[in-house]
Amino acid sequence: MNHKTKRMPFKTTAQKIYIGLIFLFLYAPILTLIMLSFNASRTRAKWDGFSLKWYAALFDNREIMQALWNTLLIAFVASLAAVIIGTVACIAINRMGRKKRAVIMGITNIPMLNADIVTGISLMLLFISFGFKFGLGTILLSHITFCIPYVMLCVMPRIRQVDASVYEAAMDLGASPLRAFFKVVFPDILPGVLSGYLMAFTMSLDDFIITHFTKGAGVDTLSTKIYTEVKKGIKPEMYALSTIIFVTVLLLLFLVNRTPKEKN
Amino acid sequence: MKDKKDIRVQKIMNKKLTGQLLSAPYLLWSLIFILVPLGMVFYYGLTDKTGIFTIENVTAIMSAEHAKALWLSIGLSLVSTFICFLLAYPLAMILANMNVNQHSFIVLIFILPMWMNFLLRTLAWQTLLEKTGVINIILQFFHLPALNIINTPAAIILGMVYNFLPFMVLPIYNSLVKIDPNVVNAARDLGANVIQTFFKIIFPLTVPGVISGITMVFVPALTTFVISKLLGGSKILLIGNVIEEEFTQAGNWHLGSGLSIVLMVFIIFNMIISAVFDKNGEGNML
Amino acid sequence: MKKRLSMLSLLATACVSAASMFSLTGCGGNASGENGEVIVYNWGEYLDPETLEMFEEETGIKVVYDEFETNEIMFPKVEAGATEYDVICPSDYMIQKLIDNDLLAELNFDNIPNARANIGSQYWEQSKEFDPENKYSVPYCWGTVGILYNKTMVNEPVDSWSILWDEAYADNILMQDSVRDAFMVGLKLNGYSMNSTDAAELETAKNFLIEQKPLVQAYVVDQVRDKMIGNEAAIGVIYSGEAIYTQRENPDLEYVIPKEGTNVWIDSWVVTKNAPNKENAEKFINFMCRPDIALMNFEFITYSTPNDAARELIEEDDIRNSPIAFPDLSQYSGLETFRYLGEDADQLYNDLWKEVKSK
Repeated sequence: MNHKTKRMPFKTTAQKIYIGLIFLFLYAPILTLIMLSFNASRTRAKWDGFSLKWYAALFDNREIMQALWNTLLIAFVASLAAVIIGTVACIAINRMGRKKRAVIMGITNIPMLNADIVTGISLMLLFISFGFKFGLGTILLSHITFCIPYVMLCVMPRIRQVDASVYEAAMDLGASPLRAFFKVVFPDILPGVLSGYLMAFTMSLDDFIITHFTKGAGVDTLSTKIYTEVKKGIKPEMYALSTIIFVTVLLLLFLVNRTPKEKN
Repeated sequence: MKDKKDIRVQKIMNKKLTGQLLSAPYLLWSLIFILVPLGMVFYYGLTDKTGIFTIENVTAIMSAEHAKALWLSIGLSLVSTFICFLLAYPLAMILANMNVNQHSFIVLIFILPMWMNFLLRTLAWQTLLEKTGVINIILQFFHLPALNIINTPAAIILGMVYNFLPFMVLPIYNSLVKIDPNVVNAARDLGANVIQTFFKIIFPLTVPGVISGITMVFVPALTTFVISKLLGGSKILLIGNVIEEEFTQAGNWHLGSGLSIVLMVFIIFNMIISAVFDKNGEGNML
Repeated sequence: MKKRLSMLSLLATACVSAASMFSLTGCGGNASGENGEVIVYNWGEYLDPETLEMFEEETGIKVVYDEFETNEIMFPKVEAGATEYDVICPSDYMIQKLIDNDLLAELNFDNIPNARANIGSQYWEQSKEFDPENKYSVPYCWGTVGILYNKTMVNEPVDSWSILWDEAYADNILMQDSVRDAFMVGLKLNGYSMNSTDAAELETAKNFLIEQKPLVQAYVVDQVRDKMIGNEAAIGVIYSGEAIYTQRENPDLEYVIPKEGTNVWIDSWVVTKNAPNKENAEKFINFMCRPDIALMNFEFITYSTPNDAARELIEEDDIRNSPIAFPDLSQYSGLETFRYLGEDADQLYNDLWKEVKSK
């Protein structure tokens, strides 16, 4: 038997075709949206030729820019808050007994495993019953709530890997607990924290259902703005904006992936 | 000697205390924003408009319209979960075999579409699938028969598979790359052929990932109301649509909450299954 | 492993920097205007956004603007009171429901001089259907509901709702996706009042709608516009206000008011009972009634304006005298305006509609 090192590096044409088809499936709608952003016609039902006018119109569209601002602000603040709360919680939970830990992690996973519609409704009922005013604040609270589990999912495995004795050694050598944490533990869990942040940011950005139930007057995120536009026909500026966002992220991704890497 | 022991005890005490102290903000948060809201759903679901206890809102699921919507939701989400699995497993295997160093790149390629709004992505399928849509224009060009699935259950399944496929691929991919190649090689050395190796070694090791993928796909598919609205032409009423309309249009929150309780039974069932199969949280997305 | 981290961290930092970049360019900021604010809750795409900017400039009042898709979605939000709106623009029957539920404030017409001066008397008369003393509402838009059809796909003359049951157009029909509008069609077809609360009549209408369902391509609200322009369907039930726009985009489309009669509706500005900025709300309504502003809105949304002074300003003759935008209602029979039918009837309608939708 010929066994080299790792798994068999099969790279047949069939495999490539399969991957190609899946990617076509995943990215066809995105290509469609990009095409629509260059459509001169106002309605998506007609192709009136190539045009860049929606990109120009985008920056004059106060409502869309406001929605973009809200979306980014909410995603930024919510994922930051979720990272802080989630990371602290992970550290604390790691010190608990097995049973307690299992119960708390179970509760933590509820917003992630539960249906968005139920989470949205439950938060809406909470806010109404306790007299919260719907607005940016209620959206933020909801987003932090559903972002925390994603952060903990990323941070928890890292925390478990941290050698507790190193932290204790640092303390024994006279470091304050906070200092010991930032000098010894934090660098080790940083990758988990960052990927948790990214995950939370993406989830917050893409959320529609929970925002739909917890938003207030005049506060729109891109998602809720699009939902009201669905009925009337999406404004082409929206396609232009999505294209800009998508291309920016794509470029970043390639850029980052091409930076020289140290070999293991 | 005695001193040392005291210090140790004190340390353990400290550790417990700080642990409790540090967890306090989070526990408070999850109490207020996870448990209390769920309690509210139960409160609304189990009372009527005058605030008197009733189980009518929950048993309302038995009525012809609601039962039909629920069965349809279960059916469509099972089918789409199965299709997701069929598509995702080979894909994950190919990806896992490609290049280990590309891990994060692969993850991001699947997360990337999420940066284009979920509603827009789903709406784009309308443009693609419509009678005079992009796909039919292409088919027509090659003189192929037209594809007429918009506003049918098939379009909803397509929308579900499209939106939730990454949630199936990523956990399976993650459990595949975690397999120690030596285990596979050992099986080969002991004379197992490709098929035997797959069914006896590889597949059992990826079960946690598969289960996690199924959970991540089944629940959102079961409860969606957006996909059925956008791709089903509002002709097909899923349980998610019923609940959403009770809240936003009919204004009967008690009925909406009652039906949500029914939905939660399915979700809890799903959570238990995933907990049983995936004790160590191995089948995670990242 | 390290690589993965560095890459993710880079991307994460990119997100943060992108976010902060936007904050620096300052396309946000929620500072309210020098003279406070007014919170407006209107139909989606139901006024020219430029008029809002003009209002802000002229009055120094900041407009917080929110949109709803159907009357039914708007009502629970206003009723729950979790968001306080000042000005809303509901339709006829919903205004009556809001009045019945004591959610509206009486208007002080001294602060809205433009309303009495510019809005035609017939619209005040029609408003009495739901606002008997004209105390609560100021008409903003009105119109009819009719059939929009594509001349290249429909060869016979269209003059009746019955064409929506014609199997020749299976999968080519777009129906309205809101309870009252859908039942209006079913009831009118059978010669009943669209304000019927008679269980037997509603049952008949329901059975007709169920019978129709296999022929329906999709239930839509305003998407009917894009779909008809794109030749996706042959026949659609549509508000008259959309007809002018769709015809402009696709000349093959034609709008008719069916002979069995239809819904003549009015959407009017109202002010909520606990409006935090009632004075600003009245200023806003007054501004919207100014002829030049009403004209701008008419040209933007193409829904008929009850503002006679604005109509006089329309330059194109064929639009000013368009039988679609400004029909002579005396030529048609069976015209009605929706009334609020009470909670029990609402429940009955909702239940029957759910039966139709789940079939």
